[in-house]
Amino acid sequence: MFAFIIRRLLQSVLVMLTVALIAFALFRFVGDPINNLVGQDTTLQDRQQLRETLGLNDSVVVQYWRYVVNTARGDFGFSYIHRRPVKTMLLEKMPATLELSIISVILALFIGVPMGVYTALRRDGFLAKIFMSVSLIGISLPTFLIGILLILLFGVILRWLPTFGRGEVVALGSWTTGLLTVSGLKALIMPSITLALFQMTLIMRLVRSEMLEVLRTDYIKFARARGLSNRAVNFGHALKNTLVPVITITGLQLGSVIAFAIITEQVFQWPGMGRMFIEAVADVDIPVMAAYLCLIALFFVVINLIVDLLYYAVDPRLRVDRGAGGGHG
Amino acid sequence: MDLLARARDSDIWYSFKRSPVTIVAAAVTAVIMLSALFAPWVAPHNPFDLASIDLMDASIPPVWMAEGDARFLLGTDDQGRGILSTIIHGSRISLGVGFAAVVFSLFFGVGLGLVSGYVGGRTDAVIMRVADIQLSFPAILLALLVDGVARGVLPRDTHDELAIYVLIFSIGISGWVQYARTVRGSTMVEKNKEYVQAARVIGRPTIIIMLRHVLPNVMGPVLVIATIHLALAIITEATLSFLGVGLPPTEPSLGTLINVGQDFLFSGEWWIALFPGAVLAILVLAVNLLGDWLRDALNPKLR
Repeated sequence: MFAFIIRRLLQSVLVMLTVALIAFALFRFVGDPINNLVGQDTTLQDRQQLRETLGLNDSVVVQYWRYVVNTARGDFGFSYIHRRPVKTMLLEKMPATLELSIISVILALFIGVPMGVYTALRRDGFLAKIFMSVSLIGISLPTFLIGILLILLFGVILRWLPTFGRGEVVALGSWTTGLLTVSGLKALIMPSITLALFQMTLIMRLVRSEMLEVLRTDYIKFARARGLSNRAVNFGHALKNTLVPVITITGLQLGSVIAFAIITEQVFQWPGMGRMFIEAVADVDIPVMAAYLCLIALFFVVINLIVDLLYYAVDPRLRVDRGAGGGHG
Repeated sequence: MDLLARARDSDIWYSFKRSPVTIVAAAVTAVIMLSALFAPWVAPHNPFDLASIDLMDASIPPVWMAEGDARFLLGTDDQGRGILSTIIHGSRISLGVGFAAVVFSLFFGVGLGLVSGYVGGRTDAVIMRVADIQLSFPAILLALLVDGVARGVLPRDTHDELAIYVLIFSIGISGWVQYARTVRGSTMVEKNKEYVQAARVIGRPTIIIMLRHVLPNVMGPVLVIATIHLALAIITEATLSFLGVGLPPTEPSLGTLINVGQDFLFSGEWWIALFPGAVLAILVLAVNLLGDWLRDALNPKLR
């Protein structure tokens, strides 16, 4: 157990160091950091001075190490465009993205799981077939197109919901939330559905196939033979056993939800980190790009690590050493 | 003739005939691909020919609506270009980028997978670690990052001209892992088989063994991956163009058209964004269905 945790931790650190290396290379070698920081009328002498104070004359290894240390402290430098610390920019935008992502995952779970159970139990039912066909379309429709269709229907034709922004937000300390106002909640509906739809179809299909698998096992047959009610068998025995992989996949998907929020945020002009990243890409604002990359990597690594450790705790079969490839189960 | 007879006799043709959904998907894909391929002859107008565009024709709704115009079946955009024509030309660009990105990923991924599986050892470990790290990031993020770097490295004025190559590279580089993993797995199985050992014993060079003996035997699953990857590449291209970091409006793909059309949703000109969107969705759905069918047809376990 101990060796496993250490190995996984080392792997995670290695991944983070690699990502930091990429981020550092971006920062250091794409364009000249000095030119990006100062105007054209700065003298050569001042530039040299700045170069020295920023430590850009040190060896690359020293600079990389300094970058890693700064990044670990959350210091990502200054944005080339906005001339503000990237850290404060990220902290301002983070609540919007996290609220959107977490609500979406909850939506996906609470709609996807029941739909999956239903389609598994009523395999040949009319409604189940409709769910399955709709889910195929859900996978084929790009996220941004779903968003546009929703805007057209509920924003332009029916005029029920706002089509952009977060609505009114309330500040709780440094965290701003849209969950406490009516306009904030209304503004959240369409973006969160857009973001949740793909995960929902994924979860539905996963639950369905897992349920079908479990329903075929002997202990389900035995439970039925004991005369337990359908309800007890389906939900007490079958569903319970399908939920472990579902939770794992959902956990792992949380990272990609945050990344896919880039698209949703752009469609609905949601003031989150994703939109900030898109703007940074369009304006070649390297420090912001590098910071976003590191942050997303951190999310992924931490989530992967937690899921792996949980798996290890839940499933005793994994404790038999399967070699170095611990992997994602 | 012999080849045709063999094809008609094959399992694949049999399962194709028995699946109406697949036949429709294939027909739809063929229609879109052919009209994209022959766009200059198929499209009723040339949307890039400034002489034929008339601002007087701007924002005409589709033909079945009250103010429709018989010359423009699906209406026109704000500059008077026929939506149908821009869609046909746009799907040409979307499909072109998609295919090129898939080919790029395929060569890169299959090559690395082959080396990784055949050579093994440290080379294998390094390639697979890189693949693992890349796999933990969504493709769209990586493509965005590559695009951002390209913007920083290339001078501003050449960026628009090179946008299409940057796009192909960024989508291609974010998709190689799937190919590499699959090919690596089957290569490791194949390399211990007798025919490979025989080739080694008669002294054929390693590179020849890899390309002439192992490669043809590991390409089966690659075809399935490539089909599904094509749908994904088209979506990624459309998404990037929609986000405004893909193709410029001077060279509009389906994604760019939707991006441009989104602004007109609010003024009631829904057709500018909706028709390109519908074509994109239908194309991706059809290609996905074909990929699913191909996977099942090539997998004897599922029969």
